[in-house]
Amino acid sequence: MSATVEKPPSAQVAAPPLPEPRGPVSSAVLAALRGAACPECPDVGPAISAANPYRDDIQLAMYCLYELHYRGFAEVAEELEWEPALLAVRRELERSFLAGLRRDVPPGTDVQAEIAELLTEPADVDGRGVSHHLMRDGTLRQLREYLALRSLYHLKEADPQAWVIPRLHGAAKAALVTVEHDEYGAGDPERMHAELFARMLRALDMDDAYGAYLNAAPAEALAEVNFMSMCGLHRPLRGSLIGQFVTVELTSSPGSDRLVRAMRRLGLGPDAIEFYAEHVEADAVHEQVVRRGVLAPLLAAEPELAADVVFGIRASVHLAEHLESLLLRRWSDGQSSLRRQLPS
Amino acid sequence: MSERRYARVEITGEGPVLVRGPVEITVGDGAVVRSERPVTALCTCRRSRRFPLCDTSHRDRARRSRDGDA
Repeated sequence: MSATVEKPPSAQVAAPPLPEPRGPVSSAVLAALRGAACPECPDVGPAISAANPYRDDIQLAMYCLYELHYRGFAEVAEELEWEPALLAVRRELERSFLAGLRRDVPPGTDVQAEIAELLTEPADVDGRGVSHHLMRDGTLRQLREYLALRSLYHLKEADPQAWVIPRLHGAAKAALVTVEHDEYGAGDPERMHAELFARMLRALDMDDAYGAYLNAAPAEALAEVNFMSMCGLHRPLRGSLIGQFVTVELTSSPGSDRLVRAMRRLGLGPDAIEFYAEHVEADAVHEQVVRRGVLAPLLAAEPELAADVVFGIRASVHLAEHLESLLLRRWSDGQSSLRRQLPS
Repeated sequence: MSERRYARVEITGEGPVLVRGPVEITVGDGAVVRSERPVTALCTCRRSRRFPLCDTSHRDRARRSRDGDA
């Protein structure tokens, strides 16, 4: 770090460095981002269609291309956000990812049945998710690992869903903005959820810089965020973005409560606990607003979106299960799920 | 549009009552809880660990069968 002036952490807006490549497609994309002339611009179509779309190489390439629309990268030209050759690569990656999801997720149109399923919680003693494990007997090391993975989304919390705002109308738009406004701290930057997350990282002696854990994150963690960005950036996927939003808002409150209990059990203080404590209460409200205020009027106005909403819900659950099972598998083997170990 | 602003309350019929705007809630023992949220979900089932605010404890709990299907 060359900065000599100390600023409060929330005032820093630094673009992260580019990550390390994970295969031929991400190598080509990263070279293009570094400014390789476009004759060398990647002809990666065949490599993309041959690859498993859930693998590291593909997910990292997508992640980097989406990141141009958020914070960008240090020493990458901002104009590359709309570079046609890179958009063409992104389109191939998205086609492959979407085809994989549509193959793995059964279609449906019964939104109410999906909602009812999301609202049924396993009893805490029976739950087998990551938050259940952390609540019962997770270690501090496992908690920090989980937060490192979550930082990819939570340090830009609510941003991927903000892309959908101009694609909604009337009541659905007003209600979605009500929830987003709350996520952004309702006008108080200190209460922004991304800032609460950064404060939690600092309380656990972790790096709160945007993108700090990108190299550490496995494909399963990138895929969840890529799905949000993809649905947010494509108008034809607006129903699926709402499905993704519904899934997060409906499942977050009980899971956040388990993480609060995990942190109390581990003896952590209020700065660490505040982020998830806030989500217990906030998401109990957001659930109601999203169901009644966003989903109901959206489906009344555009009933043909029901299948996309169901796809968004099922794909989100599918990707979340991928990540959860990776974490639980590694932890039960006494291993880490990260590609780079955290400093102890 | 009328000049008069009514407090807007929605009875969800499942768990909480939704109240719009910042609210000040006096609970049984006289303690006052303030919520600055644009919408506040007030617990009516009394199961919330954060009473008077909803924490989704009203939801159905499913016990999993032995072989793991929810």
